[in-house]
Amino acid sequence: MTSPPRSSFLQAVAAVVRKDLTAEFRSRELLSAMLVFSMLVILIFNFALELEPSVRKKVTAGVLWTTFAFAGTLGLNRSMAVEKDRGCLDGLLLAPVDRSAIYFGKVISNLAFMLIVEAIVLPMYAVLYNELSIFQPGFLGVILLGSVGYIAVGTLLASMSIQARTRDVLLPILLFPVAIPVLLASVKASSGFLAGAEMSEIWPPLNLLIVYDVIFTAVAFMVFDAVVEE
Amino acid sequence: MTPKPALLKILDYLSVILLAIAAYLALVFAPTELVMGDVQRVFYFHIGTAWTGLLGFLFAAGLGIAYLVTKNMKWDIVEVAAVEISVVFFLITIVLGSIWARPAWNTWWTWDPRLTTAAVTELIYVAYFMLRAGVEDPERRARFGAVYALLGGLSAPITFMAIRLFRSIHPVVIGAASGAQEKMNMSGDMKVAFFFALFAFTVIFIDLFWNRIRLGQLENKVEQLKLKVM
Repeated sequence: MTSPPRSSFLQAVAAVVRKDLTAEFRSRELLSAMLVFSMLVILIFNFALELEPSVRKKVTAGVLWTTFAFAGTLGLNRSMAVEKDRGCLDGLLLAPVDRSAIYFGKVISNLAFMLIVEAIVLPMYAVLYNELSIFQPGFLGVILLGSVGYIAVGTLLASMSIQARTRDVLLPILLFPVAIPVLLASVKASSGFLAGAEMSEIWPPLNLLIVYDVIFTAVAFMVFDAVVEE
Repeated sequence: MTPKPALLKILDYLSVILLAIAAYLALVFAPTELVMGDVQRVFYFHIGTAWTGLLGFLFAAGLGIAYLVTKNMKWDIVEVAAVEISVVFFLITIVLGSIWARPAWNTWWTWDPRLTTAAVTELIYVAYFMLRAGVEDPERRARFGAVYALLGGLSAPITFMAIRLFRSIHPVVIGAASGAQEKMNMSGDMKVAFFFALFAFTVIFIDLFWNRIRLGQLENKVEQLKLKVM
C-alpha cells in the first residue's frame, strides 16, 4: 500500500495474471478443452469444406479464424466462470486495487491462453495441410492483433455474461456481432499475407484492426467498473 | 397513475394521419420510376425507417453513456425504448429492402456492405435484449444494457468500414452504388414523397418513443409495487 501507485497497479495486474496462470498450469482444464475443441473444429471443416489444395489456399485464414473465435469463447467462458463459481470474483473485487487492474490481468491471462492454443494449432494445421506459408511474420502479427481485440472485448462481455442467468449460452451471442470487425479485418489481412498481396492492399484491414484494438480496449477499460460493480 | 398527456394524444393522431399521407404520396402521388417500375415506391418507407432506426441506435449509445455517468434509472428506460423501436424499424427496413432487391438485383439478399452491416446491427440489438432478459436485478440490468448499447453503437460503424474493405475485391457489390445514385436523381414529385416519408417516420418514431418511455415508467412502478408487497 505504501508503494507508489503506478507500480502497485502493475503489481496488481501481474498478481492477477500469476494467479490465473498458476491455477491453469495446475489443472490444465481450460487449455486442454480449448485445444481439443480447436482440433475438432478443424477436423469438421476438413469434411465440411473438403479442404483440397485448390480450395485450401483461399479458406485457410477463414478456417483458422473461425476456429480461434470458437475456441476463444470457450476459454473466455471458462476463465470467467471459475471466478464466479466459488465467489472468487467477489474476493478479487474486495482487494484494495483499481478495478481496471483486474480487467487487464484477466485480459493478459486470457490472451496468454489464446496465444498458447494458437501456437499449438497453427503448426498442427501447417503440418496437416502442408501449409507452411502461415509462418511469416505478417501473418503471425495479424493473429496477435486479432487476438488482442477479440480478447479485450471478450473479457468484458464474459464478465457480464457470467452474471446473467443464461450465462454459457449468452457469451457467443453477445460477442460475435460486436467482434465481427475484428474477424473480418483479420481474415482479410491474413489471407492477404497468405496470397502474397501488396502491402498497400493489406494496410487498410491492418489499420482497422489496430483502430479496433485501441478503441475497444480503451472503452472496455473505462466501463469495466460498471460491469463488476456490486 | 398520471393520465396520458394531451400533447401525446395529439401526436398519436398526427402519426396516423402522417402515415396515411406518406403512404398516399409514395404509392399514388410519386411518379413511377422508369427503370424499376412500381417496386421503387418501397424506397420511400425504406429510407424513412432506416434513418429513424439508425438514429435511434446511436441515440441509445449516448443514453448508455448518460446512464453509466449518472446511474439514473430514467436514462435506462429511455434507452430501452430507443433500442426497442429502432429494432422494429430496422427490421422493417431490411424487409422492405429485400422486397425491392428481388426485382432490382434479382435476389432477396446479397452480401453487400450495407446489407451485411444492417444484418449485424440488427443482431447486436437482438443480443441486447437477450442480455437484458437474462439479468433479474434491475440496476444490474441497466448497467449491462448501457455497456452493451455503447459497444454496439461503436461497433456498427466499424463493421461497415470493415465490410467495405472486405468486399472491395468483389466487384459484384457495385449494385449498391447504383442504388444510392438512383436516389440522387429523383424528380420533384419523388422528392416530395421522399422527404415527407422521412418527416412522417420521424414523427411516428417520436410518438412511439414517447409511448414506450411511458410504458417503461409504468413497468418500473409495477416492479417497485411488487417488491413492496413481497
